[in-house]
Amino acid sequence: MIDPNQITEIPLSEEEEIYKENVLDHFRNPRNFGNLTQCISHKELNPLCGDQLELFLKIENNNISDIKFNGKGCAISQASASLLTEFIKGKSLDEAKQVNEDKIKELLGIPISYMRIKCATLSLKILNKITGAKNVKA
Amino acid sequence: MLNQTLTIELLKKDFPIFSRKINDKIITYLDSSSTSQKPIQVLDSQEKFYKEYNANIHRGVYKLSEEATKAYEEAHKQVASLINASAEEVIFTSGTTASLNLLAYSLCKTLKPGDEIVISQLEHHANLVPWQQLAKQYNLKLKFINIDSECKLDLKHAESIITDKTKIVSICHISNAVGTINPIKDICKLAHKHNALFIVDAAQSVPHIPVDVKDLDVDFLAFSGHKMLAPTGTGVLYGKKHLLENLSPFLYGGDMISEVKFEDSTWNELPWKFEAGTPNISGGIALGIAAEYLKKAGLENIQRHVKEVSEYAVERLSMIRGLTIYGPKDPKDRAGIISFNIEGIHAHDVATILDREGVCVRGGHHCAMPLMNLLNIQGTVRASFYLYNTFDDVEVLYNALENAKKVFNV
Repeated sequence: MIDPNQITEIPLSEEEEIYKENVLDHFRNPRNFGNLTQCISHKELNPLCGDQLELFLKIENNNISDIKFNGKGCAISQASASLLTEFIKGKSLDEAKQVNEDKIKELLGIPISYMRIKCATLSLKILNKITGAKNVKA
Repeated sequence: MLNQTLTIELLKKDFPIFSRKINDKIITYLDSSSTSQKPIQVLDSQEKFYKEYNANIHRGVYKLSEEATKAYEEAHKQVASLINASAEEVIFTSGTTASLNLLAYSLCKTLKPGDEIVISQLEHHANLVPWQQLAKQYNLKLKFINIDSECKLDLKHAESIITDKTKIVSICHISNAVGTINPIKDICKLAHKHNALFIVDAAQSVPHIPVDVKDLDVDFLAFSGHKMLAPTGTGVLYGKKHLLENLSPFLYGGDMISEVKFEDSTWNELPWKFEAGTPNISGGIALGIAAEYLKKAGLENIQRHVKEVSEYAVERLSMIRGLTIYGPKDPKDRAGIISFNIEGIHAHDVATILDREGVCVRGGHHCAMPLMNLLNIQGTVRASFYLYNTFDDVEVLYNALENAKKVFNV
């Protein structure tokens, strides 16, 4: 048995430092967190880990004039929602439709394992449902 | 105790996967309640089948088919002996889920609208969704035995909802989500007092503790092969002989028939009546080998070892500030499953950070979403222990959790 007193601290790897600096800030202090009224919204669950996310978009003249999200879940799902909303706020619907999985990974800036892609792209999935949805009202 | 530990250390060498390193780190496998690792004896038996005597069973009269048939039938005997049943009472399925679905489909259609089924708030989706959906289809009423704050069944509540209207009671032996060991015998007596059938989801118990179907007096018992050292896609449904004889088949097709005419058919004898089509022959044979392996290692020894290691884990994890362990506090009520959360870190983030240390744990709802809702949590981190886990694994886990706290600065 290992003597608990002999255990040395494991230094953080470079990946974990990035996890810490970049993602945790958006996880702890999410941008655009909250609800919007008079908007188009959509909610999804990630059954793998129970992440819940709802996205609210105010669309004026084909532009995303305001965006907010609400939900709870792991750092990756919540931080990616924060980063995504920050990225597309003020952009056109067409630009919002261009956002893909690679862009999300780029925004997160940390390696996302295959098993965590669904967490990372939950907000994108919701966005795509909204922008792809018919009867989008201004 | 030294001898036991020594034996277990020797057994670990039977599992080839532990010679693998990921990112230069040894594998600390703490997810056996999801699926166990496989010993070389099991792996070899599969290779041997395909290389030396691959043939269909119960069909050909040639040598290869005879060998395959004998081995597959022998596997039923080996598994039966593990749970003190007779071979004809042991039906091979693809897993616990298939076993429970077989029962739900076959039993619910015999019930009358308004009849009641009782399960518990602890159940895995596999022992919940089939009953829920078939209850809807046949207008049956599904009731749930409440749990207390330690995730133990409220037996007073069980007594109040199991009545003469109850036709089926189906309860997990050990909760996969929080590790509660349920008082199966008590609930079985209660069910039988009201002439209800008693079913046990034994997916987490048969691999870990001695299970004797005669002693428990259960009517049906379902478990998975892949959680007890056998390949995935293997599982068992045990049923008392007279009940299986009266139960109509669930799947129709080849090998399950006695005689087929254009107008009607008659059924094969037990257990083949419930094994339609070409079964998972190599998997079934390997399941028999796994049962033999467990018998040789001794379920009492495995139970003792897992208890020692997991109790030590509870002790160590309790030292971590901000860590909450769910489930029973008394070690006698808890199996080698520890479900916990660290304040400020989502279970999945914990699991991801642990993965980088080579520690395999499950993070999430453990296929028990209603239970998670009841506990008002999204999920937990679950570390589960088996015969190949060591005290060192606990230290690696402890270290990795402290590291996760550092990453998240909590």
